Order: sequence, then C-alpha cells, then structure tokens
Amino acid sequence: MTIPSPFARRNIYEQQAHNRQMTVFVMIGFALFLGLLGMGFDFYFSGSVGEGGFIPLGTVVALAVGTGSAFWSLSNGPSAVLTSAGAVPADDSNPSHRQLLNVVDEMAIASGLPRPAVYVIPDADPNAFATGKDPQHSSIAVTQGLLDSLNREELQGVVAHEMSHIRNYDIRLMTVVAALMGAILLLSDWARRSLWYGRGRKRNSKSSGQLGALLLVLWLIGIILAPIITRMMAMAVSRKREYLADASGAEMTRNPLGLASALKKIDTAVEPTASIKRGAAHLCIADPLGRSVNSREGFVAELFGTHPPIEKRITALQAMAYQSAPTPAA
Amino acid sequence: MAVYILLALLAVVIFWIIAKYNSLITLRNQTTNGWKQIDVQLKRRHDLIPNLVSTVKGQMQFEQDTLEKVIQARNSAVTATGVADAAAKENILTGALSKLFALVENYPTLRSNENVQQLQEELTSTENKISFARQFYNDIATRFNISQQTFPGNIIASMFNFTAAELFEIQVATEREVPKVDLSLKR
Repeated sequence: MTIPSPFARRNIYEQQAHNRQMTVFVMIGFALFLGLLGMGFDFYFSGSVGEGGFIPLGTVVALAVGTGSAFWSLSNGPSAVLTSAGAVPADDSNPSHRQLLNVVDEMAIASGLPRPAVYVIPDADPNAFATGKDPQHSSIAVTQGLLDSLNREELQGVVAHEMSHIRNYDIRLMTVVAALMGAILLLSDWARRSLWYGRGRKRNSKSSGQLGALLLVLWLIGIILAPIITRMMAMAVSRKREYLADASGAEMTRNPLGLASALKKIDTAVEPTASIKRGAAHLCIADPLGRSVNSREGFVAELFGTHPPIEKRITALQAMAYQSAPTPAA
Repeated sequence: MAVYILLALLAVVIFWIIAKYNSLITLRNQTTNGWKQIDVQLKRRHDLIPNLVSTVKGQMQFEQDTLEKVIQARNSAVTATGVADAAAKENILTGALSKLFALVENYPTLRSNENVQQLQEELTSTENKISFARQFYNDIATRFNISQQTFPGNIIASMFNFTAAELFEIQVATEREVPKVDLSLKR
C-alpha cells in the first residue's frame, strides 16, 4: 500500500526546494564541463592557461556561450520548442480542443496555478509535454493523437501530470538543461574540428608538465564523450521527475487510474512521435522516440533512459488507487 | 536587569502576536479567494443551464417535469446566500442536472446533436471545476480553521475575533442518493 517512489513522500514545498538545489548542482556540473572544454582548448593551442598575459580565450568563450544560451533559453527556449514541434494554439471552436482547454482549466483550479497557454501538435501519435520559465509563463502542448485516443478522464490524468511539472518548477530546470546540453554539443563539435584542421602550437611550447598532460587527456576524453556525458546528466534529472509528476498529478485529480490507463494507451501506440525532435524528448510524458532503452530496467536504462519504464509507473499509480482517499493538502 | 529581561520577553511576545496575526489574515484572504473561485464556476453553471434547457426542450416533451425541476433548482441556487446555503442548493441542482443527462441518453437525436454535446461538455467541465475548486477551498479553509483552533493560535484568534470558515460539504441526502431510473419510459 505504499507508493514505491522515494519522491512521493516529499511534500510539495520540499520538492520545490529540492528542485532548486538540484538545479544548482546541475548548473555547477555543466559549468565545470564547459570550463574543461574551454581550458583544454587554450592549453592545446597555447600550452598554458592564462599565463603571462595570455587571455584564455577558449575558456572565456566556452563559459560565455554556456551562460548566454542558458539565459537566452529561459526567455526564448519554450517558444522555440513549441515552434519546432509545430504546435499551434488550441482552437476554441474545435470540440476536442475545447475539451482540452476545459480540462486544463480544471487542473489549473485544482492546483491553484494560473492557466498555462495550451497548444496542440498535429501529430497522430499520443504524447504531451509542458515547458516554460515558471508557472506564470508556462505552456502545455499535446498531440492531436492524444486528444483522439484518450477519454476525458485519461486526458485529465495527463494534463494533471504536466501541470505538476509546472508546479514543481521542472519546466525551468529542463529548459536550462536543454540549453546547456546544446552549448556543450556545439563547443565540443568546434573543438573536434579544430583538432582535425587546426595546427596546435603544442609542440612548440616546452612547459607541458604532468598536470598539463592530464588536463589534455581529460579534454580529449571530454570532447569525444561530450554527447554521451551531457545526455546522461540531462536524463538523470528528467527520469526522477516523472514518478513525482505522476504522483502529484494523481493527488490533483484524486484519480490515479485515469493516468494509468492513459499511459497504457500511450505505450501501446507503436509509432514514435515524429514531430517532437530529439532535443525536446526529455520534456515529454512518454519517450517520443520510442527508444527501447526506456522500457527496460537495470544499469543501462538507469544511465540513458529519459523516462522510467511505463510498466513501473502504471504499477505505482495502481498502488495509489487503493489509498486514493482524499489527503489533506501538503 | 529584571526590567530588561521583562522588556525583552514582552518584545518577543509582541512580535509573535504580530506574526501570528498576519498569518491568520493571509489564510483568511486565501480562504475568501478560494470561495470566489467556486463562486465563479457556480455562476457559470447558472448561465449555462437556461441554454441547455432551451436546446433540449423541443425534443424532450415527455420530460417537462425534469426540466422544470432543473430550472427551479437553478433559480433557487442563484439566490443562495452563505456557504452552507449555497452548498445545499447547488447540490440539489447537481442532482437535477445529472438526472437530466441520464434522460438525454434516451434520445439518440439529442445525444448526437452537436449543440447538446457541446453544452454537455461545458457543464461536465463546470461540474469538475466546481468540485476541484471545492477541494481547493476546503483544503485552505481547513488550514485556516486549524491555525485558529490550535493552541496558542486560538488566543490570537479570539482576541481579534476570527471566525472559523465553513466547509463546502456534500449533502448526504442529495448527492449520495442513488439516481432513480424509470424503466417504463417510452420514446
């Protein structure tokens, strides 16, 4: 009868505080990684880092690109994600859109938040995501396929799940993470190119030293593994949030089975959601790329899956249904 | 020396009273706001009902009685005053409405009518909003009441004449009643 997730036991304020802490850790992790990329670049091309009046151009550029893209993404990221998915604002006169708008309104009332902007993606595969900067500037997007295949209760479950992402400030964290991921991929790509085409001044300089050699090796590993490492960091952040959003969504609707059966339907839809690009995958309620890694358990899935296995999420929701008596607000 | 200690104690007590008072005021405002949310949705339902009734009236000649009851319940709900009164009257309206929807199922032409479907969706959503707003209101009102009734908050509450907020309760008689279905109904 217990909820099989350690996160469900945190109340909403603790969870928000935890999310802010996590955000700081993730930011530090990304900053260190960016710094490493830049410093390695400087070292490779000059043989030293900021010594003797030399400006560590690579380091400065790397940190600036990271910071810049993080700030840029907070104001433009959400709309960029929506545009790239081909999302259009929900149409009041279309009955299925009208129902979606109503359901979003209901969940806004249940959670005590302002109503987010509502978008529909013209894609036949069922999926949904939320994005934004904070609850006052947030959006929920669902595919037409979701509206067509779910009944009202199931739709309510999905919207409640997305609303929880908004309430828990997951949307902000995921937006920044996506931007930093992009920055690192871009920079590591440049670094790799400069390795092939650039002529390093490394051989001319005498002062390499052991520390320098170590840094160089780390840098080379870093730029080669950058895509994998950043994805692992982003995924670790997003996976844990799914259980929590399921649980607090169920608390909003007081009907965990609605979301459970919605997840079942989303899972059985075999087609990957073509309109949602790889960059927004970690925002979605279910993996839009249909990667098999997300349906497995174990070490590899722990490292690379964006979402916990749907089976496990459904089991957790069903367990909640046995104790779904109204609980006082946290 | 003793005077200073007394003064310090007094200062602590005064600060505590101020903090407690402010938190009670905040909770009271949140409770009022929660009630306003319910109120908005109730108004919306009152506005939707005449539309619904006039849309289905033509085809539901035999159901005049039910329609009449819906209109009556709606009109008495509009004039409700206070939380308890509103809760009671709205619950009667909810009962009458759900009976009407059950009857609509017997009329295939109505069921497939786009207008009726739309109105049905609007009313379903409004029902849901009412219950979610009620859930939210009751949670906040309970917090407000608890903070007024537990020691030492109760001293402050009685000093400044705070009163407990009424909860929006489900009336056992109406909402928990099993809907009666008349099987002899002829179309």
